[in-house]
Amino acid sequence: MNWTAAGEFFSMGGYAFYVWGSFLVTAACIVAEVLLLRARRRQALARVRAERIRHEAKA
Amino acid sequence: MDTGLIQWFRYASPQSFYRLAGRMAPWFAWLAALSAAAGLWIAFFVAPTDAQQGESYRIIFVHVPASWMSMFLYLVMAGWAGLGLAFNTRLSAMMAHAIAPTGAMFAFLSLWTGALWGRPTWGAYWVWDARLTSELVLFFLYLGYMALHAAIDDPRRGDRAAAVLALVGAINVPIIYFSVQWWNTLHQGASVSLTRSPSMAATMLAGMLVMAFAFWMYSIAAALARVRAIMLEREAHMEWTQALQESGA
Amino acid sequence: MSLPSSSAACGGIVQRDLRLAARRKSEPLFTLGFFVLVATLFPLGLGPEADLLRRIAPGVLWVAALLASMLSLGRMFAADYDDGTLEQMALAPVPLVVTVGGKIAAHWLVSGLPLVLVSPLLALQYGLPADVIAQLMLSLLIGTPALSLVGAIGAALTLGVRAGGVLVALLVLPLYVPTLIFGAGAVDAGLAGLSAVPNLSLLGACLILALVFAPLAAAAAIRIALE
Repeated sequence: MNWTAAGEFFSMGGYAFYVWGSFLVTAACIVAEVLLLRARRRQALARVRAERIRHEAKA
Repeated sequence: MDTGLIQWFRYASPQSFYRLAGRMAPWFAWLAALSAAAGLWIAFFVAPTDAQQGESYRIIFVHVPASWMSMFLYLVMAGWAGLGLAFNTRLSAMMAHAIAPTGAMFAFLSLWTGALWGRPTWGAYWVWDARLTSELVLFFLYLGYMALHAAIDDPRRGDRAAAVLALVGAINVPIIYFSVQWWNTLHQGASVSLTRSPSMAATMLAGMLVMAFAFWMYSIAAALARVRAIMLEREAHMEWTQALQESGA
Repeated sequence: MSLPSSSAACGGIVQRDLRLAARRKSEPLFTLGFFVLVATLFPLGLGPEADLLRRIAPGVLWVAALLASMLSLGRMFAADYDDGTLEQMALAPVPLVVTVGGKIAAHWLVSGLPLVLVSPLLALQYGLPADVIAQLMLSLLIGTPALSLVGAIGAALTLGVRAGGVLVALLVLPLYVPTLIFGAGAVDAGLAGLSAVPNLSLLGACLILALVFAPLAAAAAIRIALE
């Protein structure tokens, strides 16, 4: 174990800004990408639905 | 075996690959989550504090894997692009296109975390270090690929033009890397060697490798998810997409 | 009637493009004018201190030449693409690679070589000594063809694309980095009293690589654009 107290863990020996700034931005980018992918999938499915409706209306 | 080859080419059709990708993606996502948890555990609770850099060195557990992934993904992207040009398969081009944004994200993260690592260690957010500068050029190569594809209206022409660009870029990446290293050694006074890493304790290396694996699994999951969306977008007018359960058939 | 040999066809293309460029003298002069203007802007922005200017001269002059060369890329294929000539060239019995090579050569003669010839004047403005000026000219002589070759790939990829001019910059500038580093590095070395040969050799290697691969890539890109 490296940390004797939670406070030590969060302060990262004084480098909290740099260490957490790195890890949190990494996590944020990944979360953002996942959310954007979900949104893209929803929009794509909506477009497929619209195309199907148009196709059925023509038939 | 003949039947073996035919089985593989079956998946070259978007329709069957869509289902396969849908089944595979969750596995890779779970692998990514588990290995990330293991990697972060090593990064924070197993790896000891560095004698010279204190706790700030822990940034390498995301910085180095992100750099590795950004370069690796570019080569994979160029590989798919080359396959698409050679065999004229739609799916190969879609895979290349699906990988690009994730690769660009890792390039950005490499730059961001590199800057945050550089500040406490060497005093400045940006030192014109060979690796960071090459990474910046790689980031622009990703952006160029995505911009070219987006600018061309016809998706098939866009696929093939972007594929040529990806291949040209892939050939250039080692040349650019070498030239930036060369430039760095010429101007010795101006820069500090960020590449001189602290002597790697085994745990540090293990942590980096586990995180790199986690990023890799994540990239595969993201690419599979994205290629499914791309397939839906491009083939919205085809019967197979309209017959899908998800589309409300 | 016998088919023209590759070199004869290439020469024919070069002559044609040169004749076309001669009719519109303003465009090649713009490239030259841009080069001179950019080189003039830096001292205006930084101050006329002789030591500073001498130190930044290799990089500034090289970047100015690079940007001027890049701005002229739009002229390489676009006009022929728009009026259908490029399509005819692709269908001709002469290999497209040869035609493309000819067009790149003509482009360099019009947009690259003048930069080499004018560079001594700008180098004097920056107070470079005579032997360094010679190294500058040599580096530009080897480097600008490489820039034209690599730029041709970007020009071919963006044919008929909206906002193609800006997009070409994004595509091509990362690929220009090695040429810039070795070219400016050669002049820097000369300025520091060291041999420019290592950098010039690497620059030459870049040129050879570009000569081998760029026409192929550009021809492939043109075929894609013509589909």
